Amino acid sequence: MLKVSDIHVYYGAIHAIKGVSFEVNAGEVVTLIGANGAGKSTILNTVCGLLHPRSGSIEFLEKNLGGIPAHKIVELGMAHVPEGRRIFLQMSVEENLEMGAYTKSRTEKENMERVYEQFPRLKERRRQIAGTLSGGEQQMLAMGRGLMSNPRLLMLDEPSMGLAPILVEQIFEIIRRLHEAGTTILLVEQNAQMALSVADRGYVLETGKIVATGTGTELLDNEAVKKAYLGG
Amino acid sequence: MNKLKSMKKSTRKNLFTYLLVIIAYLLIQLLQGQGLLTRSLQGQLVPVCCYIVMALSLNLVVGISGELSLGHAGFMSVGAFSGVVAAMALRSSIASPALRLMIAIIVGAALAAVAGFIVGVPVLRLQGDYLAIVTLAFGQIIVNILQCVYMGVDAAGLHFRFDNADLGMTDGTTIISGPKGTVTVEKISSFTAGFFLILITLFIVLNLVNSRSGRAIMAIRDNRIAAESVGINVTKYRLMAFVTASALAGAAGALYGLNYSSIDPSKFDYNTSILVLVFVVLGGLGNMWGSIIAATFLTVLPEAMRGFEDYRMLVYAIVLILVMLATNNDQLKGLLSRMIPKRKEAVKHG
Repeated sequence: MLKVSDIHVYYGAIHAIKGVSFEVNAGEVVTLIGANGAGKSTILNTVCGLLHPRSGSIEFLEKNLGGIPAHKIVELGMAHVPEGRRIFLQMSVEENLEMGAYTKSRTEKENMERVYEQFPRLKERRRQIAGTLSGGEQQMLAMGRGLMSNPRLLMLDEPSMGLAPILVEQIFEIIRRLHEAGTTILLVEQNAQMALSVADRGYVLETGKIVATGTGTELLDNEAVKKAYLGG
Repeated sequence: MNKLKSMKKSTRKNLFTYLLVIIAYLLIQLLQGQGLLTRSLQGQLVPVCCYIVMALSLNLVVGISGELSLGHAGFMSVGAFSGVVAAMALRSSIASPALRLMIAIIVGAALAAVAGFIVGVPVLRLQGDYLAIVTLAFGQIIVNILQCVYMGVDAAGLHFRFDNADLGMTDGTTIISGPKGTVTVEKISSFTAGFFLILITLFIVLNLVNSRSGRAIMAIRDNRIAAESVGINVTKYRLMAFVTASALAGAAGALYGLNYSSIDPSKFDYNTSILVLVFVVLGGLGNMWGSIIAATFLTVLPEAMRGFEDYRMLVYAIVLILVMLATNNDQLKGLLSRMIPKRKEAVKHG
């Protein structure tokens, strides 16, 4: 579904991503794990068109994304839930979800029903101003907003960031449920243990390069990965 | 269901706004008919209308779109000068002054929209302070360019010279004369035209704000990255707000220009831009009613208190700073929310 081939991304003179290739197949949960500054978010931002690779190609549903602006990529069926949630704090929960359906206003109603089914908490709070939600609820809202465009591929950037362990569990439970429902997910995480436990496959990033790859369980057992990210 | 309710609420609010403006117009007409308005107040009716339109349109940029634009008077000057030229050039062919005024306003709005587009495309790549600096510079550049423009009309048509006073006409009328600005303009603006312009402006601005595009514009203001990630074309919507506001400023400029027999280009320098910004900030960002009231009072008051004229800009600066400080002060916001329950919500997510 998504095929990234040998991309190089620069921030000015800084060579942030040094030739990364990976792919996500339909129905899979694929995770990119790595420490701070490994380039995880940069890769996501490049895939969804907020940044542009200097070389290499990104194909989504057999279509080359080179030169397609970010807002058009959403129309192709890719939803990006950015790092740090980035919800519209001054709008209500429902208005936030409506914004998520910006490119798909025709199916807005049914999509909203679906999202409310997946996140009953959001339904309870749908008139509430988003800025007054708790961190976990805000993350749910961000994910719900991403799902409002009924995406073929959902990209989550650090959904566990800044959340209490119990909320992290909840968020990953939701990811597991979305996976069972057939959603294709590309997950970027620092919390390697959690990410690998829900993922079909994973890629380990280190300073802009992929250093290991395998299924979720393989990587969990991988000595090097254990040492570097899982605390021995 | 909920959506319907909230839609209705905003529509009701908008209708109420139109109604109040119409009542205000009728009231002033009545007072004028009774001879109860002083001469100086009568002379201010059209400028007040122009400033209200300016404030409403700038509110669209500053309040709704969230970009600090300091060159709004520049677009007004484009509208004023092009509107005056259009009205004067058509003097022999169209007899009705009302029709000529309408054409002038449309021409002014169109050219200001073009200027807004030309300025907007590069400028809207910037954000925050940088945008403010560039728009400020644009306002000054426009004034400087207009000071070099000479235009006249005679039997052969329009004559145009840049930085050269010799228009080569024998029996024509000069319309624009460099640093002197517009000269010998036939005054065709009327309060009624101003009133209709305000209504049209309100209609455009309120409808835009409550539309899908308006929601997108506000989403970009609140969180640009999130807006982009849900598939909003950021450039397009920022430009839409900016160009709409420019066009409305141009319309206001045309009305303004045709209200005086002559206007010097320096009338539209940054002082006017800041003045309009004061209206918007004082009236409340994003609050259209506030803009109307602030523009009215701050245009009428200085005239009523001519003795203090020298201190006007000083007072504006202080007021602007105080308002900014006050609206960012949590304690004061808390106090206000206790006094005015309705504001509570605004404080919570402000």
